[in-house]
Amino acid sequence: MTDQKPFVDIRHAQKSYGTLEVLKDISLQVQRGQIVAIIGPSGSGKSTLLRAINDLDPLTGGEVWLEDTQVNKKLPHRQYEKHINQVRQDIGMVFQHFNLFPHLTVRDNIKLAPKLLKGLSDAEADKLAEEQLEKVGMLERIDYYPSRLSGGQKQRVAIARALAMKPKVMLFDEATSALDPELVEEVNLVMKKLAEEHMTMIIVTHEMGFAESVCDRVLFMDQGVVVEEGPPEVIFRNPSNERTRNFLRKHLATANK
Amino acid sequence: MGLDFSVIPKYLDVILLGALWTIAITVAAALLSFIGGILFAVIALYAPRAIRLPFRAFEWLFMGTPLLLQLFLIYFGLVQIGIDLPAFVAGVIGLGLHFAVYNSELIQTAIVAVDRGQMEAARTLGLSRGEALRKVVVPQAVRDVIPPIGNNMIALLKDSALVSVIGVGELTLSAQLAIGRTYRPFEFYVLAAVFYYVINLGMEAVLRRVERRVQASR
Ligand SMILES: Nc1ncnc2c1ncn2[C@@H]1O[C@H](COP(=O)(O)OP(=O)(O)O)[C@@H](O)[C@H]1O
Ligand SMILES: [Mg+2]
Repeated sequence: MTDQKPFVDIRHAQKSYGTLEVLKDISLQVQRGQIVAIIGPSGSGKSTLLRAINDLDPLTGGEVWLEDTQVNKKLPHRQYEKHINQVRQDIGMVFQHFNLFPHLTVRDNIKLAPKLLKGLSDAEADKLAEEQLEKVGMLERIDYYPSRLSGGQKQRVAIARALAMKPKVMLFDEATSALDPELVEEVNLVMKKLAEEHMTMIIVTHEMGFAESVCDRVLFMDQGVVVEEGPPEVIFRNPSNERTRNFLRKHLATANK
Repeated sequence: MGLDFSVIPKYLDVILLGALWTIAITVAAALLSFIGGILFAVIALYAPRAIRLPFRAFEWLFMGTPLLLQLFLIYFGLVQIGIDLPAFVAGVIGLGLHFAVYNSELIQTAIVAVDRGQMEAARTLGLSRGEALRKVVVPQAVRDVIPPIGNNMIALLKDSALVSVIGVGELTLSAQLAIGRTYRPFEFYVLAAVFYYVINLGMEAVLRRVERRVQASR
């Protein structure tokens, strides 16, 4: 596996907000079908790194590649917009606060982008919406407005919406952090299912148990650097770095409260 | 000379016709003010500076001066530069643009208030900024200000009486016509008031229906 060309390739990512350096020379390679978790204290730069992958927060230095395409390549503004809109279709993203479109039904939330950007007919888009909702167990709510769904249901719809674009990679930014504890599991199950289908995923999470059970690799970030990375059994059971150990100890203490 | 409402039936068709014109001009101007309001809001927020600055002046003209003057300017003034509009069209444009500017203010505020995550989610799916505005942000903003826009539409109905001065045969002008023949101002102004009130009730009913439909998505 490791001799393969990386599927997602982040090279020397650097990001500053004014004088505040949020990402300090981070490199990360993810193979096709691999699932990587990013953990770390709040403010360590996890979201910024994730959002650099689809250029939602553009890097100030370094490169992001998806297969053979450089995501953040230098182009004149208009060309860049065309390029990035194309690339983003291949990168699904799921947010902490779901960001469903409240003025549209579940069905239309999912149909919007495929119809607009891939030229699907209304019937094709309907079929696609039904397939994706079936997959996340939300088919029976297809004609609901988001306001009438629970948090867990909203997040499952948001995942279906991203999947409807048939992305090559899925990014999750604390997908379950805003959920009531009893709603976390239904979203985790959907993500596990994606893992079984070998979807390439990068998952920012606070749920160590979940990360351990689905991920191939775990990165621990702190203050804009990757402090330690490795297979989950090493990072969670036997981390070599002092900062990793401290973080996990504190995290377990608060999680068990 | 006491009141005598028995003169009304003879002029009822004149007044009814005036009421129809009032409805026509109100509906046409309301549509213009709604679509114009959306367009103006997007221009005010997102157009390049070269367009935004002249647009500010245009906005000031419509917010900072009397509607009556605007109607005179459009109907009598534009003739001098070769634009000779029928009174009805001039009235629709004057009322429509005037209220479009007020609607635009409401919609601008609402666009800015739409959660940033909405734009982000749309862009993440691959929508361009323009597509995201058109399909995601603006529809939500408009939905959020339907009630105050409705209030503007009611105000528009009432201000439509002003187009009588440029000779649109709407309700107020029809009443004046009947008064000119009968010298019965009280009777006919009261009658016109009743008609305005009824049209107003009709508009409120329509607005409530729209609001209820919008409410379904909340
Ligand atoms: N738009 C911004 N402007 C200035 N600083 C920001 C901005 N976005 C994030 N930051 C800062 O960048 C750092 C990393 O943030 P973030 O990537 O959100 O961390 P995490 O997701 O790990 O909690 C934080 O110190 C945060 O305050
Ligand atoms: Mg974060």
